[in-house]
Amino acid sequence: MKAREEILLRVQSAKVAAPDHETRRDYAHTVTVPDPVGMFVERVEDYQATVIRTSPEGVAAAVATSLEGAARVVVPTGFNPSWLPEGLDIVLDEPALSSDDLDRVDAVVTSAVVGIAVTGTIVLDHTEGQGRRALTLVPDLHVCVVTADQIVGDVPEAVARLSASVSAGRPLTWVSGPSATVDIELIRVHGVHGPRTLRIVLVEATTA
Amino acid sequence: MIIQTTNGASPMTQTATFVGMPAFPIAAKSALANSQLRSNIRNATHTIRAKRARVAAELDDWDQLREAAADIKDDVLANFVRYLEQTEASLTAAGASVHWARDAAEANQIVVDIARSHQVKEVVKVKSMATQEIEMNSALEAAGIAAWETDLAELIVQLGHDLPSHILVPAIHRNRSEVRQIFIREMGKVGMPADADLGDEPAELAGAARRHLREKFLRAKVAVSGANFLVAETGTLVVVESEGNGRMCLTLPEVLISVVGIEKVVPTWTDLEVFLQLLPRSATGERMNPYTSTWTGVTPGDGPQEVHVVLIDNGRTKVLADEVGRQALRCIRCSACINVCPVYERTGGHAYGSVYPGPIGAILTPMLRGVGIDEQTDSMPFASSLCGACYEVCPVMINIPEVLVHLREKVVDSHRGGLPSTLQAAMSGASLIMGRGSRMSLMQTFTGLGGRLFQRRGVIGPMPAPLNRWTNARDLPAPPRESFRKWWARTDGGRKNSGSPASTSRNGTDQS
Repeated sequence: MKAREEILLRVQSAKVAAPDHETRRDYAHTVTVPDPVGMFVERVEDYQATVIRTSPEGVAAAVATSLEGAARVVVPTGFNPSWLPEGLDIVLDEPALSSDDLDRVDAVVTSAVVGIAVTGTIVLDHTEGQGRRALTLVPDLHVCVVTADQIVGDVPEAVARLSASVSAGRPLTWVSGPSATVDIELIRVHGVHGPRTLRIVLVEATTA
Repeated sequence: MIIQTTNGASPMTQTATFVGMPAFPIAAKSALANSQLRSNIRNATHTIRAKRARVAAELDDWDQLREAAADIKDDVLANFVRYLEQTEASLTAAGASVHWARDAAEANQIVVDIARSHQVKEVVKVKSMATQEIEMNSALEAAGIAAWETDLAELIVQLGHDLPSHILVPAIHRNRSEVRQIFIREMGKVGMPADADLGDEPAELAGAARRHLREKFLRAKVAVSGANFLVAETGTLVVVESEGNGRMCLTLPEVLISVVGIEKVVPTWTDLEVFLQLLPRSATGERMNPYTSTWTGVTPGDGPQEVHVVLIDNGRTKVLADEVGRQALRCIRCSACINVCPVYERTGGHAYGSVYPGPIGAILTPMLRGVGIDEQTDSMPFASSLCGACYEVCPVMINIPEVLVHLREKVVDSHRGGLPSTLQAAMSGASLIMGRGSRMSLMQTFTGLGGRLFQRRGVIGPMPAPLNRWTNARDLPAPPRESFRKWWARTDGGRKNSGSPASTSRNGTDQS
């Protein structure tokens, strides 16, 4: 018998009875956060990432500040050009850069698709303006522009918003602060393999 | 390689145990004597425990999330065939190749064959319990393929030719100066060497690992991962991690092989809203882990263009067939139970002799491997005080104490027949003595005398065989000079002036 058939047969012969109740889903599906944007900022900063809050007009300047120290910057296709500062040494991912090429880039600037207030998380679905996954992984600095309307309360709302991307077969990357480890003596070290620095530019329609 | 199969394992199922490992009570004794280990483990477990409690308390609906998680997993187990078939269909539709493996050998062969078809001499690995369980690294090594662990702790364990001691922080038994020595000594043998003047600050050590591994990430053609979840509805795989080594492996190579236990299936994408709240808080005590990656088959122009998923049984259907024990298949490998366990806190992970240590290991390992096969596995369900702390923190509400007691019964049953064991003889004796007051009274006279003979500072330590089988792992309080019965008769239940030997009367009441 082939492995597949035998495993399914073993499962069947375990004769697991149906549970005596329906799946309980009594948890909160939405949370009411008085100031989701404020909480998002606080929680992101908790992870030692920095956040610059700005109006739409101030994005380019905030991106420039966030990119301080980076000479070569990769910008994915479809990224809003009005968000980029003048005179940037931009590297394009067209044709696709090799991993070694990417390793020689200092920073990456992208947008995101969802922000989660309670957990301080940004999520990328790697569509326009966010680039393929390697772009936000190999460079040491990730600058991410998030708009206030992308911020939801907690994980269930984010999962709901991301459902269409997943159904379309898109990969997702959930980022909560910079790469970190506590593997040596439980001491938190930022930056092992992913970008060691994460800077978020938060765009609010009307400045707070 | 570091982990091997105990010879006694049935050919059907191999679950990695550490070769030649003595049964828990013996292994625990030497672990207890290692004060450095005890202090590292105590520090680690207490820190994570406190963080977990803090972030779990932040959510008002924590218990509702736990109920939902348990129910979702139970639904999967009750409709397992349907969900597995759905998973396979979704994965295939998304461009992934699905393989099935009955046991470790079959799973390893599949991985070796895929790696060989690409003529590679090495693969990079994301930390995964499933690949540890099937001892994939040694299988690859035997086929001439090096498997590089890329999680920092796993790297420390691998370079140190050592064994993991915790599911989540496997090198927690090592301190910074040991890590530094391992890096300086070993990194150069397998790739980019560490600087000779490397310091022992954790940040510096992590930097050395970054440089050492980046070279491997950039050139690797094949990666092997596990998965935390596999969504039946969409075929989406999920890896939850901290360091970014997972993202490197999942993104840069051309070929990705994910080895996934069949119990990792969840029905729908929406179900992840429950698990992605429970797992990071339970595991590292964070509101969210730094990186979570999800992927669905092949994405053109992004990441590996050849994606394989190996669905492994390796004993899981045996667990499923155990009516009491099958709840262990809900486990999401968070290690919260390990961090609150008073036994683990004192012995560390090595004493369990299994890739799954602590309370969950004490139930999962014997069920995956089967009881009554070898002494080491059979000792695991007894490595617990049944305090129940593990059940309280478990995010999927596995009643670990219930399963422990159930497995103890199975272990005892598997040894029935033949000569009665010392324990059985002792229990029969106890029932004879305790069955009647006069016999009990007579016995107490002897225990009072005997106790004074063996006691040292009020405690009875190791005694001669066969009593040592009990006393080697347990110190007993010495029996008092006067039994409760005698004290009661002499003082009329304390109404008469107690007089001599008053100094022991408190002990006397304790003892009865």
